[in-house]
Amino acid sequence: MSREQILARIRQNKPAAPPLPALPDFFREETDPVSAFIRAVEQGGGKTLPYSELEAWLAAEHPAAKMIASTAPGFQGNVDLNGIQNPADLNEVDVAVITTSLGIAESGAVWVTEADCVHRVLPFITQHLAVVLDKNLIVQNTQMAYKRADVAATGFGVFIAGPSKTADIEQSLVVGAQGARSYTVFFR
Amino acid sequence: MNHAQKASAFIRDEVRTDWHNQAVWHLRQKRDLGAGSVPEWEELRNLASAIKFHALSNLDDYLVQFEANARANGVQVHWAATAEDHNRIVYGILAEHGVKKMVKSKSMLTEDCHLNPYLEIRGIEVIDTDLGERIIQMRHEPPSHIVAPAIHIRKEEVGELFHKELGTEAGASDPKYLTEAARGHLRGHFLTSAAALTGVNFALADTGGVVVCTNEGNADMGVHLHGLQIHCMGIEKIIPRAADLGVFVRMLARSATGQPATIFTSHYQKPKPGGAMHIVIVDNGRTEHLGRADFRNSMKCIRCGACMNTCPIYRRSGGYSYGHTVPGPIGSILTPGIDMKKHSDLPFASTLCGSCSDVCPVKIDIHEQLYKWRQVIAEAGHLPASKRWSMRVAGKVLSRSGWYDFFGKLARRALRRMPRFLVYNRLNPWGRSRELPEPPKESFKEWYKRQKPAP
Repeated sequence: MSREQILARIRQNKPAAPPLPALPDFFREETDPVSAFIRAVEQGGGKTLPYSELEAWLAAEHPAAKMIASTAPGFQGNVDLNGIQNPADLNEVDVAVITTSLGIAESGAVWVTEADCVHRVLPFITQHLAVVLDKNLIVQNTQMAYKRADVAATGFGVFIAGPSKTADIEQSLVVGAQGARSYTVFFR
Repeated sequence: MNHAQKASAFIRDEVRTDWHNQAVWHLRQKRDLGAGSVPEWEELRNLASAIKFHALSNLDDYLVQFEANARANGVQVHWAATAEDHNRIVYGILAEHGVKKMVKSKSMLTEDCHLNPYLEIRGIEVIDTDLGERIIQMRHEPPSHIVAPAIHIRKEEVGELFHKELGTEAGASDPKYLTEAARGHLRGHFLTSAAALTGVNFALADTGGVVVCTNEGNADMGVHLHGLQIHCMGIEKIIPRAADLGVFVRMLARSATGQPATIFTSHYQKPKPGGAMHIVIVDNGRTEHLGRADFRNSMKCIRCGACMNTCPIYRRSGGYSYGHTVPGPIGSILTPGIDMKKHSDLPFASTLCGSCSDVCPVKIDIHEQLYKWRQVIAEAGHLPASKRWSMRVAGKVLSRSGWYDFFGKLARRALRRMPRFLVYNRLNPWGRSRELPEPPKESFKEWYKRQKPAP
């Protein structure tokens, strides 16, 4: 009943329709996507490294990590993601390494789908997030990213642009709010 | 108390007023850096405004399309004409799943519908999970800003609150330490809740999915841990195409905090395997607002908060002075639409300087709508007596040249001769914190008449 009532009132009250504008992608030839991406990641409190340094990074930054979950091909963690039934069991994950297929230079964001992380909660619940990205898959801006990423093709997808953060106490920026405490992008 | 009275209570603490002003202005400064980094900013604003207007003009079709696509994705869609309908629907879903505790991420809509108390008296515990929201929930307060709900609270006060509620060290007020304590506290609730509810930033007609933007990751921590997810949205959240997100996402966070994007831009398309996903589409006065030709533009709002951050009135009167969920310039347009008589003071809580309209990413003509509301309110007879009579007198005098000359002369003489207490008293609220200029000896007209014509 609410449905018909709401739709009828909209029909009665809506303004005349202007056309839907076309979407330019604002591509700029002078911008180098890779260096812009690195800049954006660093400004957002993250880091970029070559993929070859993943193991060394783990040893140096997270020597005490007990649970490492990985979906990156060629790098095995010690968590059997497919064997886990209850996603809450991922609460003890120290580091998650996730492969992604798209990056955005202007924001340092990567596109993560549910297929990339097995469990939707993985990139959030992990203490530290590492993503693996092919440098050639970085687009300049968000408009171009939405042309590339098919949001309808995945049950859940997220652009992640850095470590979880908040400034809710007196506008002081604190990294590590509810989600991952750090964000590191490994280029391959 | 009306806005002016609450504002004067707010500014009594001068140090705190200055601090609040600075904290909010800081957001505006960051917004300027964010907006300035995008060469096509003005083009994006035009696009965003046009897309939203197009969507509002076809809202019925897009909602039907959205519903069909969402259903095809396995999502259950509900329609709520009123706040009461909305609360009943949400409670019904939770009761059906036997939920005793729910985590919620920021949603101004559920705030507006007073969902939390509705669920709490029915035995469901609701935990707000955005840090600012959690702070004000513990203080039993409403949000004072739509993006930074606890912007009015000092860190020392948060420290005291967390000491009492979470057992943090007495006297500790370091934001990093307090945030870490909240992180541990909220993790516990995320893991032990049975359902999650979020607001919606954008609903995509062509895919049937909804998009939620957060910096903390709290929406996702809640949504993905359990089987049941509920997303509540106003009808105006619809955008036609997923591709339109490119325009809005580029501007939302930059306008709010200056960030190029929120840390998490989450696209919920289908329920998780074995889980249930519900979307509640809410009217609650919105279709009526859509019918107000002069004010419908305000429904383009994407809730970035930029108009609040730039507003000289909001910064010095605080969010609570507006007396409703959405404060500031945009709230002063939306709220009188809910109850014009009760909120007739809000469109006057503005200098009409236009800064809000300048920073609005979807180009809402905010200050012009505020000016328009003043006229509507005056015509409906809701002006306070002091304004009604002074305006009536001013109207008479200003429309008659002879009266104008006479009263002008009288005022210039009287102001020079009258003792101070006759000019600066209760009948002159304008003079309470301002000095009148020295009255001139003659009017411009008199001076002009004395001039010899040019040769």
